[in-house]
This record gives sequence, structure tokens and C-alpha cells, in this order.
Amino acid sequence: MKKLINGVDNVVDEMLRGMVAAHPEYVERVEGTDVVIRTGAKKTDKVVLISGGGSGHEPAHGGYVGKGMLDGAVAGAVFTSPTPDQVYEAIKATECGKGALLIIKNYTGDVMNFEMAGEMAGDEDIEVAQVIVADDVAVENSTWTTGRRGIAGTIFVHKIAGAKAEEGASLAEVKAVAEKVIANVRSMGMAIEPCTVPAVGKPGFELAEDEVEIGIGIHGEPGTHKEKIGPASATVDQMLDKILAEGIYGKGDRVAVMVNGMGGTPLSELYIANLEVSKVLADKGIVVAKTLVGNYMTSLEMAGFSITLLKLDDELEALLNAPADTPAFKQV
Amino acid sequence: MSSKIYDCIEMIGNRIIENKDFLTELDREIGDADHGINMARGFTEVLAILPKDSDNIGDLLKKTGMTLLSKVGGASGPLYGTAYMQAGKVCAGKTALTAQDGKAVFEAVIAGIQKRGKAVKGEKTMLDAIIPAFEAYSAAVDSGASVNDALDAMCKAAEEGVEYTKTIIATKGRASYLGERSIGHQDPGATSATYTMQAVRDFIKG
Repeated sequence: MKKLINGVDNVVDEMLRGMVAAHPEYVERVEGTDVVIRTGAKKTDKVVLISGGGSGHEPAHGGYVGKGMLDGAVAGAVFTSPTPDQVYEAIKATECGKGALLIIKNYTGDVMNFEMAGEMAGDEDIEVAQVIVADDVAVENSTWTTGRRGIAGTIFVHKIAGAKAEEGASLAEVKAVAEKVIANVRSMGMAIEPCTVPAVGKPGFELAEDEVEIGIGIHGEPGTHKEKIGPASATVDQMLDKILAEGIYGKGDRVAVMVNGMGGTPLSELYIANLEVSKVLADKGIVVAKTLVGNYMTSLEMAGFSITLLKLDDELEALLNAPADTPAFKQV
Repeated sequence: MSSKIYDCIEMIGNRIIENKDFLTELDREIGDADHGINMARGFTEVLAILPKDSDNIGDLLKKTGMTLLSKVGGASGPLYGTAYMQAGKVCAGKTALTAQDGKAVFEAVIAGIQKRGKAVKGEKTMLDAIIPAFEAYSAAVDSGASVNDALDAMCKAAEEGVEYTKTIIATKGRASYLGERSIGHQDPGATSATYTMQAVRDFIKG
């Protein structure tokens, strides 16, 4: 294992300290925790948004703490959900009487830990609501699984619910718009090379020289199948087919697109992928209102990418285009 | 001198810590490769903070649960944290346990895990070791078997439960995303739960 670290035990702490050192005007650390909040958070008089999860997905989620997006982010160990006490500290450090919305990616551990934190805050009469993002179409949604995983579509929830909260909306209204995003967002990912969790020291899965894994999650957990690597356009077509088969996106619809790098894929390749995305959507008469290309929800140094589509209505499009100012997402 | 309950929790913790790499390897196959690492981190902290001389069983179990809850993370933290805290409630104020108390502990642990994890038997989870172990233990105690025999029956059922998890598809937790590809792999949570029960048996039998 070759990594730019000082030791496997202080990866999360040093990453957070480095982040705060880089962006003190945006984020501060809640002392004694792995929580980052907006600098001077308690001065905001609005519904607060808290998200988080295992580390290793940077800039998610600390990079999205700032005006127009999150109020607090909780960093667990690498690929491991943060614990309830940490999430509770994030709520306590930011909430100012209007309630808190927890934005949770659909993994068993994340849901349990965030729910317990919500119960702890509820015991102290803090109003807490939660939404669970489950956008990954690679995983079948049925009563026989835990449900779909939450992946890059989560960033659209942060952006749009964050803009709604910034307008002064109530907790119920912010939650409702977050649910609307969740209902209209779908994603699918793939990997070219696996990633290595520092504390484990070896890759989470193996791929032959000419092999890729389709349907990969953001923790290096195995995808739906492996296949021989083909041209980028064929890979994109296959992933879009699965997303479009959801039946959400039709001719004339306006959508936002995210072509998200998993951490180890050059931007040039993400743009090559986006070229095919834009062609396919144009052929189908689906109107691309906004495109994001870059590393938004990564998986350590995994090479690969995901595609996310969000169907927009007037409300979602206006909120998506509203200003945001965070370390990793800036929009004037 | 340390108390018996401390020594028992220490034996559980050491068993988990000794098997850290194996548990992580099992999780790498069908999950996210952190079960052993997370559980070992949790128990290292538990053994560091538990008062060694206290013989208050309920108190030590509760402290163990709260520490696991705040140190383990993932799904294991809330599940094992809840299990130990529920066991602690049943044992509140006690300094010794009878074979019947053992049944009450099991019942509370299973109820707590089911409430938190929303799982039932047969979903390739820790419950596939714990529920059969409880049934075997209860049957043995109720039929008048010795404590040692009841503990042996408990462990045998738990070990068979781990083997059973190899034959079924996961429908809870991260392994559920694999569908049929989860067959052939034993569940890491059922495995760590079995280590726990084996350590308790080995401690009591001496």
C-alpha cells in the first residue's frame, strides 16, 4: 500500500485538521469530535442540514458545509458510519430552534447511527427530521434487500434542500423538497481500478488487467458484474440504459447531470464520458439544464465514475441554481 | 484484583481482537472490509475504560454498550452497543447471574438487536447465530441440564448457525446488495457473535 499519510490511525483527524487549516472562513471543527460546522454556525437562524458518513468520499461531506448547503458534516472512520454521539454533537452545535434535517445515505450502519442520534436529540426536545437517499440503480430495490444505496445523488439533495433552508423554509418544507429530489434522482457507477482502505492495506476487490466492475458502490463493495473493458461510450450507454429504464426521464424533460469521478479518474476521461451522456440524452429529447463534471462523491483512489440524473421542475431548477458558497461547491 | 465480570468481558474483547483480521477478511468478501477493525477498536477502548474491580454486572455491561456505540461505528456499533446495553438493563444491580438470568439476558439482547436492525432469523445476520444459541441454551436449562452442558449446547447451535449463514442469501445489511453472490460466505456478524458466546462459555467453564 502506497499512501500519502502519516499513519493509518490518524487519517481522519489529520484530514479534518488540514481541511480546517485550508478553509477557516468556511468551516470549524467542533472540539473533541470529528464534526465540522459552518464557521460561526450558531448565528444562522434557519433549519440546519446535517450529513455525513464514512470518510474516504471527500469532498463529501465536509466540503459541502457552507452557505446554501450543509450546516454540519460528521466524518466517520474510512468507509464506516460515524457514531450516534458524533452526529448528536453536530446537531447540538448547529441547531438554533428551527429544527435539523439529517441527510442519510442508505447504508444499514448510517441509517442506524443517524436514527439513534435523532432519538437522542429528540429526547432533548430538538426537532429532527431525516431523509434517506437511495439513488443507486445498480442495486435492485425490493423487500429482499436493504434497499438501494445512496451515492452521488446525495450532492443534489445537499444543494437543493440547502437552498430551500437558506430561504427560511420550515423543517417540513425543507424535508419535502429533499424527498422530491430523492424521488427524481438516480445514479449508477463503475470501477476501473479498486481502492484500498488505509487500515485494511489491500484493495477491497480485485480486477484483472482488462476488466471493469459495473454497478460498483462507493465503498469498494462489489458491483453487479465484471466485464471486459470497452470504449467509454459503450460503458456510458450501458449505465444510462439502466438509469433511463427507471422511466422517470422522458422526452422534453429538463434534467441536471452529474458525471462524478471516484477519485482516481482524470477529468479528461470524465469529460469524454460526459460527451456520450450529452449525446444520448439529446437523442432522446431530454434537455440538459445543468451539468456537473468532477470529483463530488469519491471512493478514495478508486478509478471509475458514476452518472447521476435529476429530473427538474421549476422549483428544483431554481433551487439548484441558487447561490452556494462552500469549500467544494461554489455558485454565484 | 479484577472482578469476574471484568475478566469475562476481557475474554470476549481479547477473542474479538485476536480474530480481527479474520473478521475483516470475511467482511471484505461480502461487505466493506471493516468488521474486525471496528470491533477491535471498540473493545480496545472498552478494556481501557472499564473499572477492573467493580462487580456490578449491569453497570459494566452498560458501560461496554455505550463505549461500543461511540467507538465502533458502522452497523456493528449500534447493534452490539444496543445488545450490551439491553443486557445491562436486565442485570442492573446484580453481582452474580443464574442460568435463568442467562435466558433473560438472551431475550433482551435479541429484542434489542431486532428493534435496531429490523431483521429476523434467516437473513444472514448475527441473529442466525444468536437465536439458535438462545433456543438451545433455554431448552437445556429448562430440561435441567448443567450450566456447562447448556453453554456447550449454546455454542454448538451458534457454530451451526454460522455454517447455516453460508447457505443463504443476505437480505439485510451491505451483503444484501450481492444477492446470490453472498451464498458460500459466512456472515461476519454471526461469526463475531459466536466468538462472544464461546468466550463466555470458556470463561464460565474455566
